[in-house]
Amino acid sequence: MPPRTATRGFPSSAFSSLILLCVFSLPASAQDTNPYAGDAQVAKLGESQFRANCAFCHGLGARGGGRGPDLTRIQKHHGTADSDLFRTINEGIPGTAMPPNGTTPQGVGMTPEEIWQVITYIRSVEKKSTTSAGDPAHGKSLFYGRAACATCHMVNGKGGRLGPDLSSAGSARALDYLVQSVREPSQRLAGGISEAMKEFPQEYETVTVEAADGIKYQGVVLNEDHFTLQMLDTREQVHLFEKDQLRKLTKSRESLMPAYDQKMLSDRDLQDIIAFLTTADAMPGGAQ
Amino acid sequence: MNAPFEFVAASSYPARPAGPELRKVVPRTVRHLALSLPGTRNLLMGTLPITLALALASQAQAQVTAQRLLDSTKEPQNWLMYSGDYAGRRYSALEQIDTANAANLVPQWAYQTMAGGKFETTPLVVDGILYATGPDDRVFALDARSGRPIWQYQRALPADIRPCCGRVNRGLAILGDQVFLGTLDAHVIALDSKTGNVIWDVASVDYRGGYSYTLAPLVINNLVLLGISGGEYGIRGFIDAYDAATGERKWRFYTVAAPGEPGHETWEGDSWKIGGAPAWITGTFDPITNTTFWTTGNPSPSNRGEGRGGDNLYSNSLLALNPETGKLKWYFQFTKHDEHDYDATQVPVMIDRDGKHLIAQANRNGFFYVIDRATGKLVYSKPYAKVTWSTSKLPDGSPASSNAGSPTLNGTRVCPGAAGATNWMSPTYDPQTNLFYVTAREQCDIFSTAPQAYEKGHAYYGSAYFPNDETLPFWGALRAIDPADGKLKWEWKHPSPTWSGVLSTAGGLIFTGDAEGNFIALDAKSGKALWHFQCGASVYASPMSYAINGKQYVEIAAGSTIFTFALR
Repeated sequence: MPPRTATRGFPSSAFSSLILLCVFSLPASAQDTNPYAGDAQVAKLGESQFRANCAFCHGLGARGGGRGPDLTRIQKHHGTADSDLFRTINEGIPGTAMPPNGTTPQGVGMTPEEIWQVITYIRSVEKKSTTSAGDPAHGKSLFYGRAACATCHMVNGKGGRLGPDLSSAGSARALDYLVQSVREPSQRLAGGISEAMKEFPQEYETVTVEAADGIKYQGVVLNEDHFTLQMLDTREQVHLFEKDQLRKLTKSRESLMPAYDQKMLSDRDLQDIIAFLTTADAMPGGAQ
Repeated sequence: MNAPFEFVAASSYPARPAGPELRKVVPRTVRHLALSLPGTRNLLMGTLPITLALALASQAQAQVTAQRLLDSTKEPQNWLMYSGDYAGRRYSALEQIDTANAANLVPQWAYQTMAGGKFETTPLVVDGILYATGPDDRVFALDARSGRPIWQYQRALPADIRPCCGRVNRGLAILGDQVFLGTLDAHVIALDSKTGNVIWDVASVDYRGGYSYTLAPLVINNLVLLGISGGEYGIRGFIDAYDAATGERKWRFYTVAAPGEPGHETWEGDSWKIGGAPAWITGTFDPITNTTFWTTGNPSPSNRGEGRGGDNLYSNSLLALNPETGKLKWYFQFTKHDEHDYDATQVPVMIDRDGKHLIAQANRNGFFYVIDRATGKLVYSKPYAKVTWSTSKLPDGSPASSNAGSPTLNGTRVCPGAAGATNWMSPTYDPQTNLFYVTAREQCDIFSTAPQAYEKGHAYYGSAYFPNDETLPFWGALRAIDPADGKLKWEWKHPSPTWSGVLSTAGGLIFTGDAEGNFIALDAKSGKALWHFQCGASVYASPMSYAINGKQYVEIAAGSTIFTFALR
């Protein structure tokens, strides 16, 4: 587990075990259901909390973006019940950019009361119906067939590896974000690996290298630091480079994904693919 | 700008100490004779080569007197205070590790706290013992040669503390045989340096108002100075001084001017009562003028100016205080009526050069400032990172804020972003290169208002901010700036913005970390990387250096671990 998940779990030594009991667990939710459900005044308070603590990733209006999921969808990938939302906010989601309450660099910790306010706010902006008008069966055949999405994207274990796994994209991302990702994929690059204490996730940047032996590779950045590069090339091979050993290294924010215009994919076909993605979240609780 | 230093009136700076003689303080708790005579040793240290001094130091376990703190640069094997010296330079005179051999650095030991969250500590090292803090106000003393713990202390924190921005602590101060800790529940605690036993524990203020301590205290003479945190809670900020022997509070300077005090007219209505202006980074001290320099953070609420019209003194300011009385000598405000969380809480570094006595600060608002230390007058200000909040200068040469940058309900894009062009992580001034090195963050944010009512002890931002233009990359750099003219000498690019501070050493080296987890040694003159080590987690701390038995170590905290390195 990344270290941040240990924030309130605790220390090894015996001398602190007593303290541990009374100090290091935030008071858990006293109840499993929201005591303020439907209270418009509380939702207003929750909106302020949301803006201060959550909008950084989930956007104004909780509609998500490239970073955080769209929370106006009724179905939540990590659990939809009040108690699930409370747990997600309070404890974070290990292995994702969702941090435990109070550990973001920009936000302050929220009290249980304030967490319920935020949940009340989220409930107030949830859309009654989020099902796409499209035909999921046709969308699936497009995804794995003519539209060739599966060349680079996986859904529920089937498909390519070069682009992000889309198993939960349909339930997590806003509709207009999904449309934009297909029509203008370079506009906002998808987020890749999110390290425990790192502020910003790695993005799906395009990289072209010429190795010491003169061989050229193009692909996506899996991760990098000042000295090393980890990439996946278009043939789905992982390459691990020391940057100073490379003859050439070029990074670009032009996505490797083609921009699907109307000729390549009609609006109706796009609706169908999104309908497929929306219904495809068959493995809730899995990695994002 | 032409020769900005000419603006400084050199004659205004006294040649001799203006304050009273510093007493050689032996705290009440001192009961045993030291192994050696500190006075004699200090005399020796001043004239002996460093290597011999190191050998001598390995024998000695003298009391840390106020005089030793004043003369900290004479014992470079020790790191006696947060920034290494009173000038705040974070410079080590040790030279064993240098540009020729830095590539041979190897890990010596690691100490794991097993704590989560950001690990922001700078340890102290005194005669072979390393004292450091970790998240949730844990303190530990280690054998600095082996990393083996000698004692540990864990503060029993109340369950309802909600410190802004992580349950962090940045370090300790030391005097006599006590180390001093400021806690997340706003207590000041003296621990016995040999056992970790609590000697005294005083509450500085009721933490339930949103008050906390995260900084390393500063000891001057017999007083322990601390500034409070809580700018996100509508506190009224202050700087305190406590008697090191008893814990009795000797003075408090409120950083928000009350009715009847100069500066009060810069607050609209009753807004001063919840005006913020915390002072959450360790100050510096000029013994010649007997002045301690402290910096303050944002007015509250941080990103909403409505309701607190005026300049909001003394938020986002540099304060020159008399360390014995807490009386204000002068102030300089960096960002007036701040609406972007541009805390001035960066270590105010004292630079003495060419007969000039200055303070240099690379401010969170993106400007590099040089200020006359005797008068508080601005020498010049110049951007060192991308800035959009200011497009013009005030008559004194300060940047004027542009109204176009005010947060709106739907958001306004402003650079630097809310985390600033830099933040609390320490810069360094290297007296060998005469350069100022700072971690710069290139990142803009959208600032949006989120009106809310003040409620005691609750987060009170009045605003929201988030990264914008996801087509734009975020990045960072270590920048070497010439304080004579503010010009950039070189920069080392970080793939993403980092929270690591910077150390310079007499070996011609700069040490820093990055968000990708590397700890890096660079050539101070050229910015060329000479060595790096992957720590496995982003660095949120400032490095330091010490020596034992003639062997130089370099230290960094990362993840939940303290790492040390020395030559192979």
